[in-house]
Amino acid sequence: MPAPARRIPHPREKRMVFANIDREGYTPDIECYLRNGGYAELKKAVTMEPASIVGEVKASGLRGRGGAGFPCGVKWGFIRPGETKPIYLICNADESEPGTFKDRYIIHQDPHQLLEGMIISCFALNVHLAYLYIRGEFPHGARILEKAIAEAKANNLLGKNILGTGFDLEIYVHRGAGAYICGEETGLIESLEGKRAYPRIKPPYFPAVLGLYQCPTIVNNVETLCHVKHIVRMGGAEYAKLGKPNNTGTRIVGVSGDVMKPGYFEIEVGSITLGELINDLCGGMKPGRTLKAVIPGGSSAKVLRAGERFKIKAKAADGTMVEKEIGVLDIPMDFDTMAACGSMAGSGGVIVMDDSRDMVETLNNLNHFYAHESCGQCTPCREGSLWMRKITDRLLAGGGVGSDPELLASVSNNIAGKTICAFGEACSWPTMSFVAKFKEEFAAKAKKEIPAFTPPEFLSETLIGGGH
Amino acid sequence: MQIPPQLLTQIDEAVSHYPVSKRSASLPLLHLFQEHFGYISDEAIQWIAAKLELQPIAILELVTFYPMFRRSPAGRHHIRICKTLSCALAGAAALKAKLCEATGVADLGHGTNGNAFAVSPDGKFSIESVECLASCGSGPVMMVNDDFYQAVTAEEIPTILSKYQ
Ligand SMILES: Cc1cc2nc3c(=O)[nH]c(=O)nc-3n(C[C@H](O)[C@H](O)[C@H](O)COP(=O)(O)O)c2cc1C
Ligand code: SF4
Ligand code: FES
Repeated sequence: MPAPARRIPHPREKRMVFANIDREGYTPDIECYLRNGGYAELKKAVTMEPASIVGEVKASGLRGRGGAGFPCGVKWGFIRPGETKPIYLICNADESEPGTFKDRYIIHQDPHQLLEGMIISCFALNVHLAYLYIRGEFPHGARILEKAIAEAKANNLLGKNILGTGFDLEIYVHRGAGAYICGEETGLIESLEGKRAYPRIKPPYFPAVLGLYQCPTIVNNVETLCHVKHIVRMGGAEYAKLGKPNNTGTRIVGVSGDVMKPGYFEIEVGSITLGELINDLCGGMKPGRTLKAVIPGGSSAKVLRAGERFKIKAKAADGTMVEKEIGVLDIPMDFDTMAACGSMAGSGGVIVMDDSRDMVETLNNLNHFYAHESCGQCTPCREGSLWMRKITDRLLAGGGVGSDPELLASVSNNIAGKTICAFGEACSWPTMSFVAKFKEEFAAKAKKEIPAFTPPEFLSETLIGGGH
Repeated sequence: MQIPPQLLTQIDEAVSHYPVSKRSASLPLLHLFQEHFGYISDEAIQWIAAKLELQPIAILELVTFYPMFRRSPAGRHHIRICKTLSCALAGAAALKAKLCEATGVADLGHGTNGNAFAVSPDGKFSIESVECLASCGSGPVMMVNDDFYQAVTAEEIPTILSKYQ
């Protein structure tokens, strides 16, 4: 991989997890990591009681950075004290939600930070076997992690009797093979068991109860596990001062699409608004263009339309809660406000669209993604995602009918909440929100003429490649 | 099908990573076979199944589920180009058309559903549209074999392709 363009952090960033990303002269080997104070937190952690590390993580208020924003300490708390079955930890490095690009940089540029976070987490949770599930399209990343694991073992930071404490831990890298659904934690577990990544139904298959090999399993995102290291360094209470109550710490947001300078930024959660992110950190829209729509938290998040207004509850100066009206650009980048505005902070992937973009085409691109990635277990998701794709296909090609927007809405409403896993919501939310918020564009597209008939052409090549 | 000793060593190493269940080694073994032979043949499926004490269907169902595995050879150099939203906004469709032109690979269209790929007549390149490669801020992105390229422009295509003989 050619080195990614080195980028200087923006003054409004607070770099912690990304402190070493793009740093001149910083390399992914252990010597460099140790030179920069690496593994100091692991050394500290092994002198602590495992339960008190879990306590610090609870106190930190850290919420998962993989998408759902579930409190990490609460998840860890599901592991019963005195558990007799083996407990597993899996690092979710599948990073495949469109619009999300953050774990990639940690894996490629600072793999030991991730390992240190994982080793501390395993020590805290009494885990002796852990896997790092990395998407198949990161072949170099997998090699970098394997090398880092070997280096950590050679330095007695991993393997048998870590740092002389009697604690044993093995971590192995497991590569996926191109299926988005492996990012869903129970699909990931099935995949790691050597099966198709068919998500499991919850209950009973909550990973913390019945996970890998039917044993208690903690699945955490790459970025989440890196934060654990910083929580040990700062202490949970100190960490919780970063960001806002219930939305603590820093997080990485990645902006792509129609802005002058797309990129990734580590910010204190909620410390900047969507408008500041777009206009200050990303240099604004392209010349002569205006904002049309934003998907704020990975492609599954509901789209926000420029000009929309939201009523949210905010704390007034005297501490009372008051209702306040804000616009799209005023939304602070935190979990709770984004949810209050009807979307989600999700994985931190922000996709920006300007006024030159056709919303039917935009949705169609996402519908292709979801139709391709549905695992196919649940009828509403398997069929519905394909229908939504076909309907936007025909709206674009010509030959749509006037009722297509309603049909899209009805199909999407019949998926969400009716499936085994949250992919159902993920695939229906874009359609639901695009059709509701850009009605006129969908209605106009439905009037496009049916194109003249041309006989189909079949290329022999289209038959190659398995066609799944 | 000849399995060289070096590959066998890698296979045994991979299996050793899964002390609880050998079946977990299915994906790693499929990767090793595809890297070595270029695709997954019937024989490979049978060999892996026997090695892991599974029915061959347990391996075949993985090959048909996971998009990265293929049942027929790709070109000597396999190009994956991202077609998902951020890259599409950054001009991925036009870039793919240019790539197809430069390599002589038939363009199956940007919206190709499924994982069809086409191979150039000389067998040198094959091109496949894939979903988000997690580098959305620097699109359009693509991979040639294991190498990753970001913010690719049409002008760079000849230089990039010339690295692959
Ligand atoms: C369809 C779908 C795809 C997902 N993809 C990812 C992913 O690529 N990476 C990730 O970390 N979490 C992903 N998740 C979330 C995981 O299921 C899980 O919540 C997360 O890994 C937990 O880690 P965290 O608590 O540290 O965020 C996905 C969830 C769904 C429903
Ligand atoms: S909701 Fe979709 S992806 Fe999830 S299990 Fe059902 S079919 Fe599979
Ligand atoms: S959309 Fe192309 S890398 Fe994410």
